[in-house]
Amino acid sequence: MAADLSFNRLPCNERAEIEITVEGQTVIALEGETVAAAVMYAGLRPTRTTPVSGSGRAPYCMMGVCFECLMNIDGKPNTQACMTEVHKGMVISVQQGAREVGGDSI
Amino acid sequence: MTESVRLNRGSSDVAVIGGGLVGLCIALGIQRQGQQVTVYDEGDIALRASRGNFGLVWVQGKGDNLPAYARITRLSAKLWGGLAEDLTQHTGIDIQLQQRGGLFVCLSESELNSRQQMLEKMAAEHPQGYPFDVLDLQQLRELIPEIGPEVAGATWGPEDGHVNPLYLMRALVSRFELLGGKLVSAGQVRNIISQQSQFVLQSEQGDFSCNKVVLAAGLGNKYLGPMVGIDAPVFPNRGQVLIAERVRPFLNYPTGHVRQTEEGTVQCGDSKEDVGFDTGTTTDVLAQIAHRATTMFPLLKDVNLIRSWGALRIMTPDGNPIYQQSEQYPGAYLVTCHSGVTLAAAHSGPIADWIATGSTDHAIDLEKFHGSRFKF
Repeated sequence: MAADLSFNRLPCNERAEIEITVEGQTVIALEGETVAAAVMYAGLRPTRTTPVSGSGRAPYCMMGVCFECLMNIDGKPNTQACMTEVHKGMVISVQQGAREVGGDSI
Repeated sequence: MTESVRLNRGSSDVAVIGGGLVGLCIALGIQRQGQQVTVYDEGDIALRASRGNFGLVWVQGKGDNLPAYARITRLSAKLWGGLAEDLTQHTGIDIQLQQRGGLFVCLSESELNSRQQMLEKMAAEHPQGYPFDVLDLQQLRELIPEIGPEVAGATWGPEDGHVNPLYLMRALVSRFELLGGKLVSAGQVRNIISQQSQFVLQSEQGDFSCNKVVLAAGLGNKYLGPMVGIDAPVFPNRGQVLIAERVRPFLNYPTGHVRQTEEGTVQCGDSKEDVGFDTGTTTDVLAQIAHRATTMFPLLKDVNLIRSWGALRIMTPDGNPIYQQSEQYPGAYLVTCHSGVTLAAAHSGPIADWIATGSTDHAIDLEKFHGSRFKF
């Protein structure tokens, strides 16, 4: 996954680098940043598809309001990526449509 | 219809006060008969039962104290497919009607027994038959594998179903306007004056005249009714609703407490509270709703809740509708019920025909719904 050059990490935010897994690939994130910031920087698009039309979406409001950033984070579907801090070894994947409940996918 | 009425600005053959599901269905049905109908909607200050309801097209158990109510409910359920088809065909809006039957899930044997007794009593009152089934947990699991182990069983109604009430609202408005109907945001109608075989509605937006007036204003009928000589003893009963995030379909049938919409949203509800005109929500009632829902479907314990609301049902003392023409002011009608979704097809069909043409469908026993039944 190539870094998205439209997103820059500001130098005032220098923090330790940690490894996370996004869609099966190792990605470098910064400690303390959100999953939304990490996957946006990593260039992942879309980060979810909608339950109704299946169209692609990506993080939008970055403050927990719009729910566009729902992702599957450490096995937990429909998690708000903008409200979740990254941690070492975190496993993140795209949320495909509506989450399944009670099945084997959780 | 006189020439002068047509020429008079702000006038119509029939005025319907109330732009909710009940008012719109009746307006649509009368407009379809070729009469010019105007719907006067109060605006967003209204209590809006149509925007807060659960969306069930529900038959089983309705009218256990009045066979005529059971009959009009079943008639409406039977006519619903035609209404849905007409709306979708002309407006392109899919209102998501499903009538594959519905379940009332019971958590204890005693709850299941009393429900069975109620339905058996109803069946005895309906010589043509009243279809239902009682399912134990094992039989229920065949219909819904995700049902919880603490559930006692369920009653099954083959005529039950559900719909998306918000798309229904939109489709009704659209179809009504396509037929030439007018929808006016009039604010509150303050007064109704009867003069020279016409009615004049005095509203915040001015005066409007009409030959006939239909009061379909929900809880507002209580104060509008006496202006045309009809006593409508309606009062509010609050229901709270919990909405969960969208999940992959797991529930093929609506139940009285939980249903899943076509988009995957899970709705949980069916509380009943006497709290006056308060549309708020309370933690204790929402907790009870959530507890019942997760006992019925344990997989819901993992699901995120995203929204809740309270809405007011429009109740009469016996829970049944009032359909009545004023004896004092012929041409003035009052319609009220708490099942605007289920009865939508009856309202846009035989009830609208009754108001438009005066002819009554003997299947609907109109005299049984007269408000005078509360005077004894």
